[in-house]
Amino acid sequence: MNFSLTDDHRALQQAAADFAYAELQAHAARWDAESHFPIDVIQRAGEAGFLGIYIPEEFGGLGLSRLSASLIFEQLAQGCISTTAYLTIHNMASWMIAQWGEPAVHEAWLPKLIEGRALASYCLTEPGAGSDAANLRTRAVKDGDAYVINGSKMFISGAGATDVLVVMARTGDVDSGAKGISAFLVPADSAGITYGKNEEKMGWKSQPTRLVNFDDVRVPVEHRLGDEGDGFKLAMRGLDGGRVNIASCSLGAAQLALTLSRDYLQTRKQFGHELATFQALQFKLADMATELASARLMVRHAAWRLDQGDPEATAHCAMAKRLATDMGFQVCNEALQLHGGYGYIKEYPLERLVRDTRVHQILEGTNEIMRVIVARRLFAEGMIEAMQA
Amino acid sequence: MKVLVAVKRVIDYNVKIRVKADHSDVDLTNVKMAMNPFCEIAVEEAVRLKEKGVATEVVAVTVGPKAAQEQLRTALALGADRAIHVETDDKVESLAVAKLLKGVVDEEQPGLVILGKQAIDTDNNQTGQMLAALSGMPQGTFASEVKVEGDSLQVTREIDGGLQTVSLSLPAIVTTDLRLNEPRYAKLPDIMKAKKKPLETKTPADYGVDTGSRVTLLKVESPAERKGGIKVGSVDELVDKLKNEAKVL
Ligand SMILES: Cc1cc2nc3c(=O)[nH]c(=O)nc-3n(C[C@H](O)[C@H](O)[C@H](O)COP(=O)(O)OP(=O)(O)OC[C@H]3O[C@@H](n4cnc5c(N)ncnc54)[C@H](O)[C@@H]3O)c2cc1C
Ligand SMILES: Cc1cc2nc3c(=O)[nH]c(=O)nc-3n(C[C@H](O)[C@H](O)[C@H](O)COP(=O)(O)OP(=O)(O)OC[C@H]3O[C@@H](n4cnc5c(N)ncnc54)[C@H](O)[C@@H]3O)c2cc1C
Repeated sequence: MNFSLTDDHRALQQAAADFAYAELQAHAARWDAESHFPIDVIQRAGEAGFLGIYIPEEFGGLGLSRLSASLIFEQLAQGCISTTAYLTIHNMASWMIAQWGEPAVHEAWLPKLIEGRALASYCLTEPGAGSDAANLRTRAVKDGDAYVINGSKMFISGAGATDVLVVMARTGDVDSGAKGISAFLVPADSAGITYGKNEEKMGWKSQPTRLVNFDDVRVPVEHRLGDEGDGFKLAMRGLDGGRVNIASCSLGAAQLALTLSRDYLQTRKQFGHELATFQALQFKLADMATELASARLMVRHAAWRLDQGDPEATAHCAMAKRLATDMGFQVCNEALQLHGGYGYIKEYPLERLVRDTRVHQILEGTNEIMRVIVARRLFAEGMIEAMQA
Repeated sequence: MKVLVAVKRVIDYNVKIRVKADHSDVDLTNVKMAMNPFCEIAVEEAVRLKEKGVATEVVAVTVGPKAAQEQLRTALALGADRAIHVETDDKVESLAVAKLLKGVVDEEQPGLVILGKQAIDTDNNQTGQMLAALSGMPQGTFASEVKVEGDSLQVTREIDGGLQTVSLSLPAIVTTDLRLNEPRYAKLPDIMKAKKKPLETKTPADYGVDTGSRVTLLKVESPAERKGGIKVGSVDELVDKLKNEAKVL
């Protein structure tokens, strides 16, 4: 077993760190304060290759592994968690289009999505269907050579500022469950689409989150991704990688929190000594580092399983997402505590790290749903035994 | 015109330097390494000259251990066309580096050599000058602007009193200062492409250069910790302290 990163991995990491330093880090606090979605910077991220990271090369992407993507997102998140999280969603949705779109759809959209001239949103959640996404109500009814979509999608990242929506909608009967869902590429400016207000959120403020309404929205049949009835499966395939990506954003946040805490403990003096001399705080820092290290192993391992096409990758991605996003929030919160009152004010980034990492425990499947996914597999014959391999 | 750019692998400028417990040197174990920032500026300038159509080929060269290939790959990703790695695990001093670069210059016959004015690890600020002396080429050090005009090179230099512009005949040597340009970051597709660009490995023996030390490093110590400042009550007290305590007046 060899845990070392390759030269390529390190070069990609360095490139992502350089981009984070040059384009994200200095602006993250302002984007947060002003709820500014930095489309210009996201376009530059496209020019630099960060928008089609794991889209296969034959479709114009970089064709990198999920492990490489994880390394990249971990670095980018140290510049701005919220903007990086949006980049991960764009990568996920664009990958779905590359994977299951028709050639005409590829031609029309992939170059733009990869270069950052068009941005994507992923539309699964509905006001009445969050964790129970398979129970979604948005309908897509075939009418000649088109589908007509009606319904609404809740909490859609990027919505209102993006150009393409990947929409999961029901093509089967009302009670057809997961098997009655299909996925579509819907141009964001299609007639009949209206957007709700930008939700006022606790964190992730550098990207908009909106309700999207579909009122008799027509999309040509060629815009369907994959076969009719496969939409839920495709949505979940997208999320396997999405969860590794969000988990990687939490790793980056925790890494930054740990770095800031070490520096602070070494400079701040109380009771006549640097905080770093107090064993209670040394132990805290040691625990933070230990938890980060374990989550990082888990995330990279899950990414690797995904790269191997492992049939149990879904469960491993869910475990990694659960562990790493809980860890990310806790470590950022501990780091805030270590900064005392200064951690609580916006002059320091700690409170933003806490706000931004909180939602990672909720979206792309809540951490309770991660446990549902893992538990379901644990009762499968031989699964627990196979975990030793 | 061919441009040769020298790059050095150094401790990343973001890293806090640790001195080894026995004070024999700076501790490099598990420390993040990167391209010397002044060398990044040198690469950027060379690539810009190529983009302007002034340079036809950019060749990056480094002297250092196997791992220094990483920095050559970075230079290739940023736009260099090929790379030369003079591989050695010795701690190579400026004069030996200059001699090795002289060997590369003799082989490659570049029209322009661009180096950082200094490397942020040892801060020597002498390799470019030594190379100029060894090769007989004119030098424009601490450049903040470089313009190629026909057979000559206009180099604006940052000197103590302000700016000085010198005109050099090509081939020439330039060492970069901080304000020459703002280096770009590497794009992921270019990093992938860089893997396929040619990288030639040489040894100091290929150039007949002895890399043995001429200088003995006695001891490395961290700078003394800064003490907190004080507030003075009056100008008189300030002048008194400058005269009698700091003894700078
Ligand atoms: C900022 C933000 C951005 C988002 N971006 C997107 C996006 O781009 N695209 C998209 O499609 N969605 C997006 N979402 C939606 C997100 O995926 C959902 O919020 C999430 O799946 C939870 O759904 P819900 O909010 O309806 O909560 P509910 O499903 O109502 O859950 C409420 C609570 O009950 C728990 N719970 C529910 N069912 C079970 C169960 N069976 N067992 C145990 N516990 C259970 C949940 O874990 C949770 O704690 C975003 C959400 C946020 C906040
Ligand atoms: C919103 C807000 C309102 C406030 N209002 C008031 C107010 O009205 N009046 C007022 O007087 N103050 C006020 N404060 C200040 C507050 O009481 C201090 O921030 C708090 O006492 C911590 O001090 P500090 O911020 O200097 O952190 P530090 O003392 O520097 O502590 C940093 C970290 O080190 C830990 N630590 C320090 N020493 C030790 C030790 N010996 N052993 C183990 N751990 C240690 C701390 O627990 C903390 O986690 C306010 C602060 C905030 C954020």
